[in-house]
Amino acid sequence: MADTTTNSNWWIWKVFWILLIVTTVEVVLGIIKPGFLINTQFLGTKLLNHIFIVLTIVKAAYIVLSFMHLGHERKSLKWTILIPPLILIPYLLFILLTEGGYALSLMH
Amino acid sequence: MSEKVTYGQAWKGGDKPFAASYGKLMMWFFLITDALTFSAFLGSYGFYRFKYPDIWPVPEEVFTHFPFLHGDHPLLFVALMTFILIMSSVTMVLAVNYGHKMQKKKVILWLSLTIVGGFMFLGSQAWEWGHFIHGDKGAIDTKTESIVHIAERDKMSSVYNLMEVDGHDGSHHHFTINNVINKLETKPNFNIRTANKSYLSNSESIKFLQEEGTEVVLGANLKHNEYGVQNFGQCFFFITGFHGFHVFSGVIILIVILINVIKGTYERRGHYEMVEKVGLYWHFVDLVWVFVFTFFYLV
Repeated sequence: MADTTTNSNWWIWKVFWILLIVTTVEVVLGIIKPGFLINTQFLGTKLLNHIFIVLTIVKAAYIVLSFMHLGHERKSLKWTILIPPLILIPYLLFILLTEGGYALSLMH
Repeated sequence: MSEKVTYGQAWKGGDKPFAASYGKLMMWFFLITDALTFSAFLGSYGFYRFKYPDIWPVPEEVFTHFPFLHGDHPLLFVALMTFILIMSSVTMVLAVNYGHKMQKKKVILWLSLTIVGGFMFLGSQAWEWGHFIHGDKGAIDTKTESIVHIAERDKMSSVYNLMEVDGHDGSHHHFTINNVINKLETKPNFNIRTANKSYLSNSESIKFLQEEGTEVVLGANLKHNEYGVQNFGQCFFFITGFHGFHVFSGVIILIVILINVIKGTYERRGHYEMVEKVGLYWHFVDLVWVFVFTFFYLV
């Protein structure tokens, strides 16, 4: 988009603040570790871990779509780049983590 | 936007369906493959964590140091490293942005700052590795290959405390299993914390070490580490090492590009697209770190 490349730099600093605030939230949560988030289990892990993963994906989205400019590329390019990893990576993780749990069950 | 298609006529080229240059497209394709490589590494790390959920080391017991500060400061140092990398990403976008505007002086400024950020990150990582390799608590490896630690009643202590030496005096220490057992016999308030974080009594500890103990592990190497399961150290060295190597090569490429900018190569070429392509790579390195940070230090 022309307006983001030729005009001011305000959007760069906006993304910077978002990334910084999200990271700060992660670090603060990681240090204080609120009890109810640690003790609540959800989908095989602590609720706190789910929060970390969601915040990480938020940061990743801002880096890819804004800093790497993918959000402003033509739609065909954007999806050509995004779809293969978005299918393959969750698939690979599902297999590896399931196998990890199975390997644990074999040791007992 | 030239998307007019005439049917019944073969495509003779000339159109750019993606509206992106060859170089930029290839950089994106490379980054997809690299993203899959890193996913495989982090996925196998996840495999081990799911395989050893109880005896996996707790990150905030491992990464607790901050330069020039004493005591435990979990997460602070990696938070600083994350900040450095985000900051260098911002300076990179600014360089790309001024490249679009053909402002050579500002490109030089922001590109230089990005390189400084890259070196700062590499320096931090070297410090982090140094600490990881040296270790500061020591541990004992066992026949079942699970790592047990020295404790004082129900508080984590260290092999150095038990042996009454300074772990950071710069000399190379070496202890045998029998040294540790003898010391445990004379110091009844010391004992063992097992791999799944339960505490044995002093007499149980001595019996356990006589039957199961194999060697005293100080620090970390590719064979074993004092923090816990062997795979933890191997994953740490491999994943942060592979990422650090990406940062290192990124810095080298940035320096080459900076020299070209100063020489006016892109000014003559009429566009600064090369800065943009290297920028993509640099942001990708930042992107990977975001995930390494979460899965190694937070989760």
